[in-house]
Amino acid sequence: MIKLEGISKSFKVPKRSNGLLQATKSLFYREHTIVEALNEISFAINPGEIVGYIGPNGAGKSTTIKIMSGILVPDGGTCSIMGFTPWKDRVEYVKNIGVVFGQRSQLWWDVPVIDSFELLKDIYKIPPQDYKTTLDLLIETLELKDIINAPVRQLSLGQRMRCEIAASLLHNPNILFLDEPTIGLDAVSKIAVRQFIKTINQEKGVTVVLTTHDMNDIEALANRVILIGKGSLLYDGKIEELRKRFGTHKTITADYRKNTNSFDIPGTTIIHWSPEHTVLSIDTEQTLTSDVITQLSKKVDLVDVTIESQPIEDIIVQLYKEFQI
Amino acid sequence: MKVYASVLKIRLLIGMQYRSAALAGVATQFFWGFISIMVFEAFYQFAAVTPPISLKELITYIWLQQAFLAFIMLWFRDNELFDLITSGNISYELCRPTDLYGFWYAKLLAQRLSSALLRCYPILIVAFFLPKPYNMTLPPNVITFILFVITLLLGLLLLVAISMFLYISVFVTLSPMGSLLIFGVLGEFFAGLIIPIPLMPLWLQKIAYVLPFRWTADFPFRVYSGHIVQSDAIIGVFIQLGYLLGLLWLGKVALNSVLRRVVVQGG
Repeated sequence: MIKLEGISKSFKVPKRSNGLLQATKSLFYREHTIVEALNEISFAINPGEIVGYIGPNGAGKSTTIKIMSGILVPDGGTCSIMGFTPWKDRVEYVKNIGVVFGQRSQLWWDVPVIDSFELLKDIYKIPPQDYKTTLDLLIETLELKDIINAPVRQLSLGQRMRCEIAASLLHNPNILFLDEPTIGLDAVSKIAVRQFIKTINQEKGVTVVLTTHDMNDIEALANRVILIGKGSLLYDGKIEELRKRFGTHKTITADYRKNTNSFDIPGTTIIHWSPEHTVLSIDTEQTLTSDVITQLSKKVDLVDVTIESQPIEDIIVQLYKEFQI
Repeated sequence: MKVYASVLKIRLLIGMQYRSAALAGVATQFFWGFISIMVFEAFYQFAAVTPPISLKELITYIWLQQAFLAFIMLWFRDNELFDLITSGNISYELCRPTDLYGFWYAKLLAQRLSSALLRCYPILIVAFFLPKPYNMTLPPNVITFILFVITLLLGLLLLVAISMFLYISVFVTLSPMGSLLIFGVLGEFFAGLIIPIPLMPLWLQKIAYVLPFRWTADFPFRVYSGHIVQSDAIIGVFIQLGYLLGLLWLGKVALNSVLRRVVVQGG
């Protein structure tokens, strides 16, 4: 469905140091640096997949999305999506995709949302019957009923984002690109948006490519993640695998009856200790969790024990560190 | 075609939201029209030679200019398009299955049409009922009127084609101010909006006649008053068409070339 091979893109950025002298100098002579935004990126996505596309700020996520949606022309490499080359067959191709850029808006600021939708209907030449069914479905699932007649400028960010997503789906695209769709949303809206993405993926088989910095989005939605950093592809695979490879640390929190003797259990690191409470970190590849608990119960009168896996956020931080990005 | 009709519709909707802006615009244009007429009147009273355009024709010229301001002014711009380019929201425009030049052309045309539709009637109606000599007069005959409508509309299409270059230039400069000033000042002057072209010195007239600007305003207004005879008007229509086709082609080429190099920055 989506196939990228060796996609590269670099930007020429004028270099300028601070200060008046430097600014004056740059009026006459400008030095440029070439920034490699993408370096030989290749991956393939099958129909019906939800893929999380992650990486730190400035990694090249948005650039990839822009290339895949036909906005930017890459310097090299090939990209074939549903048989089209996005930047060459732009007009034919974009009928099949929906795009949401979380930081931008496609709705007309001054008129009610529904008027923007009507215009999109004509731009995409959506048959009236299809438009009505899709719109009804979107209104229901994204809970737009009360806001659809309000001018966009009166909407809150969360309401607007729901409308943006609806606007990108009016023409029933086969592929949906979401560039930070949950940016700035509160917990309730985030969950609503996630739920909705899941629904259209399952019911309509829409392929979704999603970039985000919120790892909960990824955990809730994507079964596959692609990680890029500094323009290079670093990891492509299942999220569980990522956990297995990098998430081997667990945290054990134990409460017990007052015990003033400090203790040491082999294979664990003490993160916090007090006479009634201790937090240990263990590496499950070296020590079994059950062993630690058995030892603990021998030494103290346990009241409560909680075992936590490493949060996905931490894994990602660790990953970024490991790849030095 | 339907897309363009919808763009016009949404523009009209937006235009109608700003009723007070439209009213204020009408008031300004009356004020401006009166001042211009009175200045020219003073000049005409003390003219040593007979001016090449009569005061009556000139007054009609000025009222038409005020009524169709939105059709003829290059500074009458769509800030939304500038914002699209400079803020990067153009991303969304490029995700639409439409040819960008046509789509933007329709947007600009719609904006001018909607604005003129809301503003021209009050000015025209009042201008007809003003006391002499400030009043506007009917064209000499029906054919002249039909020719006026054709040339005015062609002039509008031509002006939108010219203004497209303004928006294209913003892709390169990222700030509309420079292009707006240059286009605005030169375009307005050579369209005869500051001094009607017949009143310019002969050498300046020659320049004005070569440039495309005067075909957007000066030409249709003088056709209306009968200052340009019908046979010349018909030839003029073909010249307008020639310019229009040429500029449309050039604009399309220019837009496609800047789009290939477009960089949308930021996440």
